Amino acid sequence: MIQTPESEKEMSTSAQPGSLASVANAKQARTQPTQATGTGLEARGIHAWFGKNHVLANINLDFAAGSVTALIGPSGCGKSTFIRTLNRMHEFIPGAAMAGEVLLDGKEVYAPGVDVTKIRLQIGMVFQKPNPFPSMTIGENVLSGLKLAQLKVANKDELLESCLVRAGLWNEVKDRLDAHGGSLSGGQQQRLCIARALAVSPQVLLMDEPCSSLDPGSTLRIEETIRELSDSMTIVIVTHNMQQAARVSDYTAFFLSDGGPGEMIEVARTSEIFSQPKDQRTENYVTGRFG
Amino acid sequence: MSIATLIPSPREISTEPRRSDKVFRRVVTGGGLSSLIILGLIALFLAYRGYEVLREEGLGFITNAEWSITLDESANVVESNFGLSAMLVGTILCSLVAVVIAVPISVFSALYLNFYAPGWLKKILVAVIDMMAAFPSILFGIWGFLVLMPSVEYWGKLINKYLGWIPLFEVKPYFFTRSPFVAGVVLAIMIIPIITSVSREIFAQAPLDRIQAAFALGATRWAMIKAVVIPHGRSGVVGGAMLGLGRAMGETVAVYTVLNIVFQINWHVLLGAGGNVASLIILKFGEASAYEIKALMAAGLVLFFLTLSVNAAANFIVKRTGKSGR
Repeated sequence: MIQTPESEKEMSTSAQPGSLASVANAKQARTQPTQATGTGLEARGIHAWFGKNHVLANINLDFAAGSVTALIGPSGCGKSTFIRTLNRMHEFIPGAAMAGEVLLDGKEVYAPGVDVTKIRLQIGMVFQKPNPFPSMTIGENVLSGLKLAQLKVANKDELLESCLVRAGLWNEVKDRLDAHGGSLSGGQQQRLCIARALAVSPQVLLMDEPCSSLDPGSTLRIEETIRELSDSMTIVIVTHNMQQAARVSDYTAFFLSDGGPGEMIEVARTSEIFSQPKDQRTENYVTGRFG
Repeated sequence: MSIATLIPSPREISTEPRRSDKVFRRVVTGGGLSSLIILGLIALFLAYRGYEVLREEGLGFITNAEWSITLDESANVVESNFGLSAMLVGTILCSLVAVVIAVPISVFSALYLNFYAPGWLKKILVAVIDMMAAFPSILFGIWGFLVLMPSVEYWGKLINKYLGWIPLFEVKPYFFTRSPFVAGVVLAIMIIPIITSVSREIFAQAPLDRIQAAFALGATRWAMIKAVVIPHGRSGVVGGAMLGLGRAMGETVAVYTVLNIVFQINWHVLLGAGGNVASLIILKFGEASAYEIKALMAAGLVLFFLTLSVNAAANFIVKRTGKSGR
């Protein structure tokens, strides 16, 4: 992977905590034709259980359209569970239950009669481990969402290219779209998964530790992608890497579990969370005193 | 000093296993080899007993359809004609009918069990299906004869009425009783448990993260199954089908009960005239003369190699599609 000098500089400036300004600059530098639409995503009083185990208590969090929100906190505090309640992936786990409301553009995601497959089209997801479909080629992987959800699109080639460009993978794979997804490196596979999520044009993109299994180079590349995407969609990213949260997000929410269910300790602009957090526990965590 | 002298040749690495390990290794090796030895001895026995007939008939043993023997008063062979072609064609026909019917049913059962059935029902159904696999085949035969045959004949007539223009479904003379189709349906029921359990196990191994990826892209359950589970399980299903085919080819009693054995090659599945190597052996064994028994042993040898080659082909296909399918 080749890192251009400009983007390196960008990375180093935005790597400082409280560097929202530089993030914003980076965004301006890459103007996207599309603009984020809708009023965003709201979570109201979310609780979650696995069997009798109460893992998440009373999470209230708004995600403004076009914003990037990072969820940070130690392992087992319910961050992943929380984002999985947002696109109704939580309910796949046997014994899983939830309470509360999730509103997408003001409409309840869990309302009776809602087509859950439509919800998941509007709220896309990128997983911790890259998971391209092994039986499909790179091109088929990108467009797999259309096939899975039985969507029609006018120009498939154009969509394929634009998704791969936006995921920052086009130059690396444009000559081998017919190769199998498994032939890519881990970082490329993860960007392929991002491209795949983009192809169904979601309003919201949930990312569950998307860089945790990747090398630093691929991580930087994906962070760049996230910042570019945030012009056209709402992004929620779970991360264990606090520098990453500082680099890519507009808002940061800190989750913590003291042995009981996970709670959200505080949410604020990312610069505030990292410079002057209100809660002592947040400060302890972001300064590396525990976790 | 040249570089070559600096590079050492690879060391020989050996370990001296413990005595308990040596003993265990011998026991396990013995167990593994015993099945091979038993199989080899059976083949040898069949070849030894059937050799005389095979030499007499030559290739005609496989290409001729006639099976007759004439003895004089002192039980000496006057004339004999032994050919297996009708039986072999019949065996393949019945087994193919069985596989064509059983594979879709089995695949859908396996998908239902893995992805749709509620937990309690799944447990019951899995137990029932496993029990079906261990069910004595004579019971399938009797049930097929008494219960299934009239209905299957009726279905056969329907197929003939609407698809009779396809040569495979032609029936002349108009006689449907005890056809290869009937035997195939009975066999299908017998091999469904095998194919279902093989498919079920391979489907259950479909990677969970890919399943989640499909759902997260707005897939319905069926779309997810088509995109993830079936590509993953394809080779396993083929293997299960071949396993079922092997079982169907070797099945004796159930086929004997429901099949009309005729020594004439018949490719029309619905016509009440079929053949089956295993059933031939059962049919003739009781009253066979010493020489005819040798012919039956030779027939057994042919069946032995037929099922062996089907299983070998199954292995080959599973290995080959296994690579490209994942």
